[in-house]
Amino acid sequence: MDAIDLNMVTWAKAQFTLTAMYHWVFVPLTLGLSFLCAFMETIYVRTGNEEWKRITQFWVKLFGINFAIGIATGIILEFEFGTNWSNYSWMVGDIFGAPLAVEGLVAFFLEATFFAVLFFGWDRVSKRFHLFSTWMVAIGANMSALWILVANGWMQYPVGMDFNPDLARFEMQNFWEILFSPVAISKFTHTTISSFIVASMFIFTVASWYLLKGRHMEMAKKSIIIASVFALFSTGMTAVTGDSSAVVNYETQPMKLAAYEGLYKGERGAGIVAVGVLNHDKEPGDDADPFLFEVKIPSLLSLLATHDPNAFIPGIEDLLWGNEAENVMGVDAKIKRGKQAIEDLAAYKTATKAGNDDEAGLYLTRFNVNESYLGYGYLNDPVEAVPPVATTFYSFHIMVFLAAFFLLISIAYLYFAMKDTLQEKKLLLGIGFFSFFLAMISSQAGWVTAEVGRQPWIIQDMMPVAVGATNISLGNVQATFFMFAAIFTMLLIAEIKIMLNVIKKGPEGGI
Amino acid sequence: MIGNLDHATLQHIWWLLVSVIGSLFLFLTFVQGGQTLLWQVAKNDTEKSLVINSLGTKWELTFTTLVLFGGAFFAAFPLFYATSFGGAYWVWIAILFTFIVQAVSYEYRRKEGNLLGSRTYEFFLLLNGSVGILLVGAAVGTFFTGSNFVLNDYNQSTWTNPLRGLEAAFSLFNLSLGLFLVFNARVLGAMYLVNNINFSSLPELEQRVRRSCLVSFICALPFLLYVLISLLIVDGYGFDAEGTVSMVAHKYLLNLLSMPWVLVMLLAGLLLVIWGVVLTSLKSGTRGIWFGGLGTVLVGLCVFFLAGYNNTAFYPSKVDLQSSLTIYNASSSHYTLTVMSYVAFVIPVVLAYISYVWKKMNFRQIGIDDVTGDKSYY
Repeated sequence: MDAIDLNMVTWAKAQFTLTAMYHWVFVPLTLGLSFLCAFMETIYVRTGNEEWKRITQFWVKLFGINFAIGIATGIILEFEFGTNWSNYSWMVGDIFGAPLAVEGLVAFFLEATFFAVLFFGWDRVSKRFHLFSTWMVAIGANMSALWILVANGWMQYPVGMDFNPDLARFEMQNFWEILFSPVAISKFTHTTISSFIVASMFIFTVASWYLLKGRHMEMAKKSIIIASVFALFSTGMTAVTGDSSAVVNYETQPMKLAAYEGLYKGERGAGIVAVGVLNHDKEPGDDADPFLFEVKIPSLLSLLATHDPNAFIPGIEDLLWGNEAENVMGVDAKIKRGKQAIEDLAAYKTATKAGNDDEAGLYLTRFNVNESYLGYGYLNDPVEAVPPVATTFYSFHIMVFLAAFFLLISIAYLYFAMKDTLQEKKLLLGIGFFSFFLAMISSQAGWVTAEVGRQPWIIQDMMPVAVGATNISLGNVQATFFMFAAIFTMLLIAEIKIMLNVIKKGPEGGI
Repeated sequence: MIGNLDHATLQHIWWLLVSVIGSLFLFLTFVQGGQTLLWQVAKNDTEKSLVINSLGTKWELTFTTLVLFGGAFFAAFPLFYATSFGGAYWVWIAILFTFIVQAVSYEYRRKEGNLLGSRTYEFFLLLNGSVGILLVGAAVGTFFTGSNFVLNDYNQSTWTNPLRGLEAAFSLFNLSLGLFLVFNARVLGAMYLVNNINFSSLPELEQRVRRSCLVSFICALPFLLYVLISLLIVDGYGFDAEGTVSMVAHKYLLNLLSMPWVLVMLLAGLLLVIWGVVLTSLKSGTRGIWFGGLGTVLVGLCVFFLAGYNNTAFYPSKVDLQSSLTIYNASSSHYTLTVMSYVAFVIPVVLAYISYVWKKMNFRQIGIDDVTGDKSYY
């Protein structure tokens, strides 16, 4: 294979990070607000109370402003696989392309068609058809999340496929295995339901501001009740799906799990770090303590990951150099087998080209033995298989800590809103005002954990990120990086300014 | 059922489906055409609002069809997706850029605090309708004129032109196809506006829109003729039973002759567009868009069929003939195409609900009352 410019790969990674994180500023709001608007409009249609119509229309307006920029930042991601990750697109396109096409066909059109009714249809279609359309937008948005997360889940846990040595690509063998892979399911549920929290927290922030200013009190309180019930349900479900993520991580990405907890040496009854500061000088294999300071809850990691408090959780060092006693194969051994696989594949191709079928068959048999270590063959030093531990550790812990905050604030908001005394709790409202910003941090941190934690793999164990890049010179990728950084930043500023204007104005008809 | 079809049949079916999606996209570029008409036909804020709000209920359909076009290519012909997007980098990035700015422009144009001012957002819409569609045409043109790439034994591509795709815009053929699409989009845009806007009390606007349909059509003609004549006389990229690619004299003319139904579709398509123009500009009809739209779809299908069927390499390489992509060597596996064919059964359902909602929303034309005061959405 051709030599790859690693500097270019770094910029391509940076570009994907930039565009994905920008996109993710808007997506959780779309996923959650669409359902919240559907709830509110359902109440309107059922009660016939015009006040609920105005409340719905207010949130729909904010939804629309956010939706537009969500689409703008989304289109580039679909094509970026091709532009910056061309070799990846070829090698796994037979599998990865399908969910993207299905997403377009079954989800995006649902959104695109009914979104027009949601915004323009108030006077053009019946009440019930309008409500139906609002629900369709919500379902469409969340279905699109399903398919892209199935695709992402497959990158984290490649199942239902086989390598075709003649075409040098992976090919789909079982669609259902990909769709219902445990990783895909936990990705989808955890990501969408946690997005419901983000949207609920958005309503908390806006409504808290109204209550603090003494404006639109009725609308604010009613919205908070809907949002806090949704948030409570979602926080509970997010915790459950978060736990199932830990279980599948243990089974499919043990290195990532070790990085979450800064676990270098594996142990039985492994604990979870409640609070900790990492020692940045720590290298795998040295004797330094991984933490400068830590408070640990014993046995909890073993319990969460395996549902057995005494189970062995392999640490980074076990995974790198193996642990025979616990039956863990090291990355060093996998690299050897991976390099053998690459060599045999090349020999197979040469023999096939020369028309030497017997020899080709021999190499193919040898290749098949080591096929599942193919990706490791591109690594040279075992430590290349370790993700950035500090980023993974801190982002994971920030996400979990903030989740506890969302639970508490939702309980408090629901309780006082039901008692109709929330408007008097100025301190609580002052704290609650920050909910959305914290939710955004938590949601982004979740993605950082998932994606940084799986480095160096673009396909877990099968393909390191660098192998998937496009054969293109650095300048092109740098130029597009800055282009997207500039345009997205500009559009984000415009979006925030427009949103603030709409919020300042408040709902039509002054409720 | 579908599982029993052989690989080659599935590859033909998927080239057909990709062609249908691409051709529907060309029809839906009436949105982009309308965007470029905005500054010519709408002379004040009310007229602008009418045009924008009329296009505003449909822009997302065009956008989504483009996304699906990319997705379908990725799923069905991944080697094209990988080679073209990664190789012709800048042409695709430039197209995407114009669609990124389009996506926010409808929503943000008239909102307070929109940072850039409404004129900038209107300029974004113009950019999308002109440069965006021109480059789409140039990119499609490379199906016939070829590109500069080499594939290695692992099917990984190297692009050999430092302009990374922008060189496509320096070919007279590609440029003509692009300009034809830009003017055709304007023809369709005018037809759609005539269909959707209630012009009572705005006779001047109506006159300008109807006139622009004819003018745009006349502008499109020379480019269309250049493209058609070139296709009839140029040599093309064919391949034999072993998959060996070679230059074949008058390949696209030969394709037309061996697939006479394509010729029939092409002529029918052109006549339908002309009839749509007559209805819109010379008579005072409002249904021109349906003739223009269907005609555009038929012409679009012909373009894709000529490029990909009858043993023709649809994404040829000028620098290394044997690297050229065909519907056979660029496609997904038998299993994936089978799965995707089952998924494709959703297409009629999607088309059905789109038509149903379209009918419901366009049942009443959009008039001045819909865009004055608080009622204007965009």
